Amino acid sequence: MIPADFDYLAPTTLDEAVAALAEHGDDAKIIAGGQSLLPVLRMRLNAPEVLIDVGRIEALRGIRDDGDALVIGATTTHHTVSSDPLVREHVALIAKAIEHLADAQVRHRGTFGGALSHADPAGDLGAPVLALGAEFLVAGPGGRRTIAADDFFDDFFTTSMADDELLVEVRIPKHTGWGGHYEKFVRVAHQWPIVAVAAAVRTAGGAIAEARVGLTNMDVTPVRARAVEEALVGMPASEEVIRQAAAAAADGTNPPTDLNGDADYRRHLASVLTRRAVLAAAEV
Amino acid sequence: MTRITMTVDGATVSDDVAPRTLLVHYLRETLGKTGTVVGCDTSNCGACTVHLDGQSVKSCNVLAVQADGAEATTIEGLASDGELHPVQRAFHECHALQCGYCTPGMIMQSVDLLAENPDPSEEQIRIGLEGNLCRCTGYQNIVEAVRTAAKEVRS
Ligand SMILES: Cc1cc2nc3c(=O)[nH]c(=O)nc-3n(C[C@H](O)[C@H](O)[C@H](O)COP(=O)(O)OP(=O)(O)OC[C@H]3O[C@@H](n4cnc5c(N)ncnc54)[C@H](O)[C@@H]3O)c2cc1C
Ligand code: FES
Ligand code: FES
Repeated sequence: MIPADFDYLAPTTLDEAVAALAEHGDDAKIIAGGQSLLPVLRMRLNAPEVLIDVGRIEALRGIRDDGDALVIGATTTHHTVSSDPLVREHVALIAKAIEHLADAQVRHRGTFGGALSHADPAGDLGAPVLALGAEFLVAGPGGRRTIAADDFFDDFFTTSMADDELLVEVRIPKHTGWGGHYEKFVRVAHQWPIVAVAAAVRTAGGAIAEARVGLTNMDVTPVRARAVEEALVGMPASEEVIRQAAAAAADGTNPPTDLNGDADYRRHLASVLTRRAVLAAAEV
Repeated sequence: MTRITMTVDGATVSDDVAPRTLLVHYLRETLGKTGTVVGCDTSNCGACTVHLDGQSVKSCNVLAVQADGAEATTIEGLASDGELHPVQRAFHECHALQCGYCTPGMIMQSVDLLAENPDPSEEQIRIGLEGNLCRCTGYQNIVEAVRTAAKEVRS
């Protein structure tokens, strides 16, 4: 099937894009890589009257070093992000999560900001970005504002961006020297995880100095496994410690039940995958 | 209608298209490049894979207007001067196809894979082709063909 008819706008500046979004309101939809939106439009699950293509806005693309953080432009493709040397050095967890996201063709088109704006609870970028404490810069008719990762994911496929706002860039604090691992459980190739776990760990002298753990598809939004993080910090980086800490992975979560598994199965998966992810991140 | 201009298999083309036109339909129906096929409605199968500005994409999941100004290569643009591309030749020689429906996409994705990694392991080939589905071959000979082509391209 092909999408229903729409008008197409391709602004070349952020201001033009914000103005177009303000003018067309609810009738408009932003398109970046189109890798999530086009399947939806082709299935006629949505039929916006206007598409605003942000892919021609130079200022939204690219990765820059901003001292203690890396800043990733919203329309930077998954492939560009995961192969970037700065990303691999300072926020390795992000590169690792992207290696398991979709397939090569989708990673060539799909964008970092598009995936996060889409806010699919099974999307692979939410948990790592949450774990690393990113900040989201968004722009709207009232100007720009920054949203902390903890506040960005609002609900099922919903962010705290207003309808007339768009995502400009994501600022991720450097985690240089931390180990990172993304453990994703799937039934078939190139698909969204049933459950996945993002872990970033800093070890010092055989002990876990700092730990961040994010869960994919364990709730209506990506969530932090704070009980696991607290159980790890200050402890020896051993298999036993990590196994015990990982048992708390599903605490406080509300996982979905669907054809891939029920909520209890997901809770079980969360602790198994957390153990594997933390073991790999801590290089135990 | 929106005016688009792009290079397809080395030739410059320019047309008015409805914005909802998918790149694969523009290639097949407007330009007659029917070598690129549609195998699914869900962006899963990879049969429609072409290169856009040197990178593989699923052309059923790109709007023609998004490709305005880009350079596209389809399976029809791979051979040069009547000589098959090494990957095309390897698919032929290794019997890497049965019905052949997935083949244009498999070959385009394999070319992309080898451009990025000229000496992939079997595992890397299988992962590199994970966005391309084949209902016939069981993949064994496809992997063999990519290994064979890799050797030839390197030598
Ligand atoms: C076959 C296939 C397999 C996939 N597998 C996975 C997978 O395993 N894991 C995974 O995480 N994802 C997967 N995806 C989705 C993929 O990650 C998409 O690339 C990504 O979710 C969307 O990025 P995009 O740039 O294509 O966004 P688009 O599709 O263009 O947009 C997605 C949504 O975000 C909005 N949007 C886009 N950019 C902005 C912006 N700058 N500001 C505000 N709103 C914006 C759009 O309006 C739309 O609602 C898969 C997709 C396909 C087709
Ligand atoms: S036709 Fe494009 S992925 Fe199946
Ligand atoms: S040869 Fe028939 S689908 Fe691959």
